Amino acid sequence: MSATLPANPGRMAGVVQRQGALAVLFAVVVVSLALFPGFRSVDNAGTILIAAAPPMLIALGMTFVIITGGIDLSVGSLYALGGVVAAWASPYGFVAALAAPLLLCGAIGVLNGVLISRTGMAPFIVTLASLLGARGLMRSISDEGSTTYLVENDAFHRIGTGSLLGVGIQVWLAAVLVVLGVLLLNRTRFGHGVQAIGGSEDAAALMGLPVRRIKVWVYLLSGLLAGLAGAINAAKLGSGVTVLGSGMELDAIAAVVIGGTLLTGGAGSIAGTVAGVLLLGVIQNLINQNGDVNSNWQQVISGAFLAAVVVAQTYLARARRTKSP
Amino acid sequence: MTTDALARPRWAVNKAWLPKYGVYAAILLLILYNVAFTPYFLTLSNLRIQLIQAAPVVIVAMGMALVIGTEGIDLSVGSVMALAAALIPLYLGYGVIAAIAVSLLAGVAVGLANGVLVAKVGLQPIVATLALFVGGRGLAVVISGGQLKDVRNEDFLYLGSGDLLGVPVLVWIAALLVLVVAFVIRRTVFGRRLLAIGGNRPAAELAGLPVKRVLIGVYVLCAVLASIAGLLSVARIQSSDASAVGLLIELSAITAVVVGGTPLTGGRVRVLGTVAGALLMQLVVATMIKHDLPPSTTEMVQAVIILVAVYVARERRTR
Repeated sequence: MSATLPANPGRMAGVVQRQGALAVLFAVVVVSLALFPGFRSVDNAGTILIAAAPPMLIALGMTFVIITGGIDLSVGSLYALGGVVAAWASPYGFVAALAAPLLLCGAIGVLNGVLISRTGMAPFIVTLASLLGARGLMRSISDEGSTTYLVENDAFHRIGTGSLLGVGIQVWLAAVLVVLGVLLLNRTRFGHGVQAIGGSEDAAALMGLPVRRIKVWVYLLSGLLAGLAGAINAAKLGSGVTVLGSGMELDAIAAVVIGGTLLTGGAGSIAGTVAGVLLLGVIQNLINQNGDVNSNWQQVISGAFLAAVVVAQTYLARARRTKSP
Repeated sequence: MTTDALARPRWAVNKAWLPKYGVYAAILLLILYNVAFTPYFLTLSNLRIQLIQAAPVVIVAMGMALVIGTEGIDLSVGSVMALAAALIPLYLGYGVIAAIAVSLLAGVAVGLANGVLVAKVGLQPIVATLALFVGGRGLAVVISGGQLKDVRNEDFLYLGSGDLLGVPVLVWIAALLVLVVAFVIRRTVFGRRLLAIGGNRPAAELAGLPVKRVLIGVYVLCAVLASIAGLLSVARIQSSDASAVGLLIELSAITAVVVGGTPLTGGRVRVLGTVAGALLMQLVVATMIKHDLPPSTTEMVQAVIILVAVYVARERRTR
């Protein structure tokens, strides 16, 4: 049946599915530029990008995890933990402030990866447990949330507040890591292994890929990026805030899914994730700007967007499957 | 084969008991510990408090267990609780029945939305319910105007703070709902179909089961149970705060289900195990508080309990 049909509709559907979030983002930005004067300033663009930098890092790690067919619910807690630990370590110098959250969150990421790949427990459960565990750890470091550590290192503080060529340092950092992420996913053996595992873990194992090791690396990556995102946020706020990060894992998953990465694993795009994060960021920015719109509508609109985009993607993916040869 | 069985040490046979009865054993140990070392543990008022605090999680976990039985998951239950809670003060003016009915209808609507997205559109459950997780609570806060509203209707508050034959009404309701869910799973065609779908969906489809209808029904049941938990929470705390009701309860409910021995891979539901899972987590929290251990330690202990419970029960997983 497919022989009689041109291959184009299927391929088009595939392109739309992969680049849909980018197209929607473009449309939303164009409409916003036309309708909202407050949206038009360069300052505002900077605000959006700076606000998007930490979620971008988390979503970047989540993209890798989801492409392997897994999920990481612990990143919200690791984000909070990373911030608190960075602020706690900041009196000991710049390196300590950056290394402490990376070491601790990376270690929890490795623990996630080892438990998932060695015991056969579901990623959902393992990372749910580390969500609780990391939050508990964060609270015990901060005396049950009563102690707020201040960032006492100017160089580290500057990561969150400084700018380079008019663009916030954290935006540069996020951009560089995104580019590295794209290269890692698409140009390295590791990246191809990640995609192969998500496509079919058994086949990947039969091909001789080090499935377990790749999985450990993927959860390590996710933990590191979440810890780094938390550290950056602490640098921006000047303190390790303990109440942050709750629900952040689900925002990251939403951004990844909007970006066209399938939760079943095997395929995904970091460019889509970037578009997904920015889309959610732009929606938030628009609502923050319009004082007469109740800020709770932001969640409603984000939820509606998520539903609309994933439904469209599902139909497009189906069209691609049935129509392309 | 026989030599193999003979050679197997005795504890290996007993190990099969662990996934099934481990959670009950854990509760028993925790209770014995508390009876021995915690002053006033065995008082009526303490037991009442434990049961009252566990009741909403038990109710939500019942619905979650059904959904997980179909190899699904429902992240929207907390938002549904918030929606139900937001609607109560708005409609209490029309009577208790009307307010409850509207809350339950909201649950039906959310359940239908989730069910249609999962069954007809074919979204993965986590994504389908994520949309309402994100949007639902926002909607609830918008509906309630973002304000905490006191509820003073005595008839309605009876549900949350009243007693019947010496037992809190809240606990009666939770127990009743547990029985209903157990009955649905064990004794109805719907329950058998639900498990068949969770066990092997393609086979269930080939067998001609109304897979989509059953799935939609399961998500509706789950959401209705969540909205019952939401309205009962309002009745218990005597006020409605849409931004706080049911926060993170999806994680508690999933934890209760999983610790109770229901596999995330579907095809099996342990109703009593789920109740035990919820009670175990509640008892852990209570024990830690009684011994002046901080919430942070409680969370870390809970994390370990989840991992141990799932590790012990994991033999069913083949992948």
